Amino acid sequence: MSRVTEVWVGVATCGVAAGAELVYSTFESSLAKHNLPVTMKRVGCIGMCYNEPLVDVVTADENRFTYGHVCPEDVGRIVTEHVLNGRPVNELLIPADGFFEHQVRIVLENCGLIDPEVLEEYQGHDGYKALQRVLSEVTPVEVIEEIKLSGLRGRGGAGFPTGVKWDFAAREPGPEKFLVCNADEGDPGAFMDRSILEGDPHRVIEGMIIAAYAIGAPHGYIYVRAEYPMAIKRLNKAIAAAGRAGFLGENILGSAFSFEIKIKTGAGAFVCGEETALIASIEGKRGTPRRRPPYPAVSGLWGKPTNINNVETLANIPWIIRHGAKEFAHYGTEDSRGTKVFALAGKINHSGLIEVPMGMSINKIVFDIGGGLRENKEFKAVQIGGPSGGCIPARLADVPVDYKSITQTGAIMGSGGLIVLDEDTCMVDVTRFFLDFTQKESCGKCTFCRIGTKRMLETLTRICDGEGVPEDVDNLIELANKVRVYSLCGLGQTAPNPVLTTVKYFRNEYDAHIIDKSCPAHVCRALIHYEIDPSACKNCRLCTKQCPVQAISQGKGDHQEIDQSICIKCGQCYEVCPFGAIAIQ
Amino acid sequence: MPHSNSSITGMSNEVDELLHLFAPFPASVIPLLQEIQAHYGYISEANLTRVATYAHTPESTVYSVATFYSQFRLTRPGRYSIRICQGTACHVLGANSICEHLEEQLGVKVDETTGDGLFTLESVRCLGCCSLAPAMMIGDKIYGRLTRGKVDTIIGAYRNREEE
Ligand SMILES: Cc1cc2nc3c(=O)[nH]c(=O)nc-3n(C[C@H](O)[C@H](O)[C@H](O)COP(=O)(O)O)c2cc1C
Ligand code: SF4
Ligand code: SF4
Ligand code: FES
Ligand code: FES
Repeated sequence: MSRVTEVWVGVATCGVAAGAELVYSTFESSLAKHNLPVTMKRVGCIGMCYNEPLVDVVTADENRFTYGHVCPEDVGRIVTEHVLNGRPVNELLIPADGFFEHQVRIVLENCGLIDPEVLEEYQGHDGYKALQRVLSEVTPVEVIEEIKLSGLRGRGGAGFPTGVKWDFAAREPGPEKFLVCNADEGDPGAFMDRSILEGDPHRVIEGMIIAAYAIGAPHGYIYVRAEYPMAIKRLNKAIAAAGRAGFLGENILGSAFSFEIKIKTGAGAFVCGEETALIASIEGKRGTPRRRPPYPAVSGLWGKPTNINNVETLANIPWIIRHGAKEFAHYGTEDSRGTKVFALAGKINHSGLIEVPMGMSINKIVFDIGGGLRENKEFKAVQIGGPSGGCIPARLADVPVDYKSITQTGAIMGSGGLIVLDEDTCMVDVTRFFLDFTQKESCGKCTFCRIGTKRMLETLTRICDGEGVPEDVDNLIELANKVRVYSLCGLGQTAPNPVLTTVKYFRNEYDAHIIDKSCPAHVCRALIHYEIDPSACKNCRLCTKQCPVQAISQGKGDHQEIDQSICIKCGQCYEVCPFGAIAIQ
Repeated sequence: MPHSNSSITGMSNEVDELLHLFAPFPASVIPLLQEIQAHYGYISEANLTRVATYAHTPESTVYSVATFYSQFRLTRPGRYSIRICQGTACHVLGANSICEHLEEQLGVKVDETTGDGLFTLESVRCLGCCSLAPAMMIGDKIYGRLTRGKVDTIIGAYRNREEE
């Protein structure tokens, strides 16, 4: 048995939320107590967020043993049995569950394996080698050709070919140009960019420097959402370290190329992820999109040529330069090369961050990687692409994940949010949820986006409240199509997608709400009520104690009873009943 | 807010220091507002005016920026802001009932502050921690896999800390 040399603890946002810092300090003191020469390391997100807090015990021969759900009480055992005596604590190790088997890690190659706050760690994994090569032996034109050849398309949602976009900006006259990294990640239910920035910030910075070199931009901005304090902190550290090492600043690595990066913190507006709104926001204004053309490549930040790329797009760049465009294009499909990072969440067992070759089917992602649905519930649909995306029903889940196939379903690839929905999810309610989001986030410039989303939301709310009328669905479709056509920016143009896809694939649920006045998933409160089954009730009165409005009392027999006129349908009795005696109707 | 004259001058000195962190031009409006909010928890009318003057931007423009972005508060918040996540993952895993429970326990609705000035309840769209849904954030700390019981324990701990 090889000696244990290192202990790694995952301290990305979700690891910390699960208690990783306490686990880290407990390890530290326990190792110190035994006087063990073991190096502690803080790493980013490996993707298995469902097993947090995660600890890796690494041996001299580079074997990695991963412990999951580690609590401070487990630390003593891991130290005495594994670190001290070389016997892994099997029952605390995470079982092999196929999570990594089908993944291909390009963007996430270092995430969870290196300390993101230490530049040398990134360099130890070939970090900044692509930059060194580019600056010493590749011309900007050749860089652009290489990226074009790789087939890389923008990962921020629209999927525009990255090399072509760089070419536009490169052709504009300088010297004042800007390169912006879009880290606004507004899709509610997605955390790809957060994890990349927290787990491997230097990779994004290296990608930015190479992009800036290719287009000839001396200035860079990272526009990052305010809700990501840890990502901001690590980026700041990484920029400072890269500057000290000569990767940023004047005459980078002795070349004629100079480049600086500033961070701009967003202020909570989804629409600022849109390129022209983002530019307005950096300029200190309200984030209102404007007409294109002129495109940012021609007239962007302060009227200068500007190239905007998503975090994940940029994180692909160093890998492509190091391995070559051909190697990259070898993954994926004809029109969608490479990999895509997805944030798997919702009713799925392995909720976390994954990277798969383009073209993998949704079924494979959900079942082989995601471990299927929680509590073995029935798979109903995936919501892909967030508020701009749509719902793909389980029966179509053989569809390969590539730009073309996903678009054909009526959804969009989006930036990588993948929310799994089960039989307990009401599709009308989910649609209402998204419209509530887009309606609030509309900047208000276009009439159809501003008022159309509001009317759609009102209609959906009415349907959920049991007051839908048969014309509602046709009206929704008509309105949706108008909003799509008459809106200026992507927000309004895609806001109808959740409506159109759910009407297309789940018309029966709309009909159930409107005609039968029932919610098949038992979610919409106006359409359900709770009842206690007298024969199953053991009269334990747990529900009675739980009920916040005292709606439950002794019935006429040996059982409890709900007074429907008092009940507010909070569902607490249903959750608390140990005998399953409470039913939703 | 009632302020004595001295505290107004004292405060404006402090604000001046914050203002000078950024160059006096319109592009500084958002970072200035962020800095002031980070310091005082909100942006008072007086400070909004100061930002406008300093950044050479009409007051109406600064106001329109401050009201466009959901991050900015124009009223004084409670000591702790509780930000309950209403993102997609949290929504499908029951964020609504957690939010209702919070409203019930605190006796306020979203965007309101408790009478004792301790908590402001706010909602956000995704904390980037969807694997731990439903989630909420108090200060810089995220709490995940929330249940009603867990919420009670967390809120209780903050209340106790206050009493000590
Ligand atoms: C309403 C709206 C929100 C957007 N939000 C984001 C975002 O959060 N992150 C992002 O990278 N792109 C976002 N985009 C897409 C960007 O406008 C832009 O296409 C992208 O940043 C370009 O980078 P890419 O070519 O590398 O994908 C959004 C677009 C719209 C219309
Ligand atoms: S489509 Fe909506 S968000 Fe976009 S510019 Fe028009 S009103 Fe604003
Ligand atoms: S659903 Fe809520 S209000 Fe109604 S009886 Fe059960 S606990 Fe009481
Ligand atoms: S944040 Fe820890 S594994 Fe994802
Ligand atoms: S949806 Fe709540 S943390 Fe992402």
